Amino acid sequence: MALTSEQVERVAKLARLSLSNDEIEGFRDQLSTIVDYIGKLQSLDVSGVEPTVHAVDVESTPLREDVVGESLTPGEALANAPAKAGTLFLVPRIIE
Amino acid sequence: MKPTDLTLAGLAASLGRKELSSLEATQACLERIEATDPKIGAFLHVDAEGALAQARASDERRAMGASLGPLDGVPVALKDIFCTKGIPTTCGSKILEGFVPPFDSSHVIRLAQAGAVMVGKLNMDEFAMGSSNETSAYGPCRNPWDLERTPGGSSGGSAAAVAARQVFGTLGTDTGGSIRQPAAFSGVTGIKPTYGRCSRYGVIAFASSLDQVGPFGRTAEDCALLLQAIAGRDPMDSTSLDVPVPDWASGLSSASVKGMRLGVPKEYFVEGVDPEVEAAVRAAMKRLEELGAELVPVELPHTEYGISTYYVVAPAECSSNLARFDGVRYGLSERQEGGLREMYFRTRAGGFGPEVKRRIMIGTWALSSGYYDAYYLRAQKVRTLIKRDFEEAFRKVDAIVTPTTPTAAFRLGERADDPLQMYLADVFTLACNLAGLPGMSLPCGFTSGGLPIGMQLLGKPLDEATLFRVGAAYQAVTDWHERAPQEVA
Repeated sequence: MALTSEQVERVAKLARLSLSNDEIEGFRDQLSTIVDYIGKLQSLDVSGVEPTVHAVDVESTPLREDVVGESLTPGEALANAPAKAGTLFLVPRIIE
Repeated sequence: MKPTDLTLAGLAASLGRKELSSLEATQACLERIEATDPKIGAFLHVDAEGALAQARASDERRAMGASLGPLDGVPVALKDIFCTKGIPTTCGSKILEGFVPPFDSSHVIRLAQAGAVMVGKLNMDEFAMGSSNETSAYGPCRNPWDLERTPGGSSGGSAAAVAARQVFGTLGTDTGGSIRQPAAFSGVTGIKPTYGRCSRYGVIAFASSLDQVGPFGRTAEDCALLLQAIAGRDPMDSTSLDVPVPDWASGLSSASVKGMRLGVPKEYFVEGVDPEVEAAVRAAMKRLEELGAELVPVELPHTEYGISTYYVVAPAECSSNLARFDGVRYGLSERQEGGLREMYFRTRAGGFGPEVKRRIMIGTWALSSGYYDAYYLRAQKVRTLIKRDFEEAFRKVDAIVTPTTPTAAFRLGERADDPLQMYLADVFTLACNLAGLPGMSLPCGFTSGGLPIGMQLLGKPLDEATLFRVGAAYQAVTDWHERAPQEVA
């Protein structure tokens, strides 16, 4: 299955990646090769097979009591922020 | 004999007998790194000052008779995927350049509690996506046995540092073979434990249902000493299993494989496996037979679907995990013009390398409407079939023996422009992650060109003990693991 440039652009948009035209072309060919390869999965009969979502049985991972534990201070949490305002992360304009 | 020639267990004994101090061992490591790393590129960050301070503290504890155990004073290093409080953590990516974590991963905390000396952070494929360490944004790491070749990936630095005797042990992560494949390429021992054996807290996530932390060492015993220090339930990771951690290391010196049944899957001895690799692994199996193990043919019929399954499941999970790199809270943030949306698009385009973008896109595509059922859901069902293959095989055998990789280390650049060829390097390692099993790679020979060859042992869930036993018994009668690369002698 070959992917078109439009499909690659659509996926890049969903993944929040801005790509140049050259990149789109390169990815189109590489992704087509990979998608072709993983197409192998279509040749198996999987009717009646349950999906494996996790390697371990989720039952064996009990939930903890819902109590507040130790956490980062606002200062620690913001230490790597590219921009901040007081105890908040600052982001560019959201409403276009 | 230089201090750095000792194994981890050897150093622990030497420290215990006070023949060496931790300070001497740590200084020896720092000197060795300085002498060899310009050629190898295993380290992204060396914390000499911190390491020397930890070494002095360890020596003081020992002098007072308050040693913390076998790892106390032992210099180790970590793949740069582990968050280290106050020490830069890049995950091999430009998007995390300058990131200094405000907290330690559970493994960093547990190693510190055991007294280990943390020397630095190791090179890796960007976000652990790669099989050669070439996708690192900070330059490749080279194989100490042949500087023109890859040490393997994604934990390339973790394997190369042990091979080059720069530190006594390292930690890596393994999502589809990222511990075992570099261990094989670099001629060291490495184990990926059962999924859930170790916490994933503080480990930058790639594919959450597959990621697992594990150690590298020169021997199975060294790996056991490291793994038992970091394994066990962690309240910070609900997928870490609440099961006791055995003392794997004790008794290994008298480990025996007598009466053990070792499975040989025909699907792992097929065309495409380098004849020298196959010959070395077959000779190792014969050796195990001479030691009293029984070789039993087993079948893993869905092996050929492993790569396709993995390259749907892992990218799907990565596309979701890597959504957090958006320029808001840490790392690169491109916000010169435009609004929030432009910041997302530009930050991710500028911060991620091509392989990471490729995987995010494959995953996004496999999860997108119209393809989800045909690819993602189907891959999860095939994952069940792969798991069942192993359950069936383990009814008959105690462990399974295979080559770790189809070939020895390839040349840097050889597969860099051919993603699919690169993916095929993981053909024998990724089923183990899909099934959640423990897997170990240990040195079992060399090619005629002098490159290490690795043998893989796969075990039943939570049965790391058998892998350590087989590894220790094999290493007691062979010396592959004792050889040192001459390129960086």
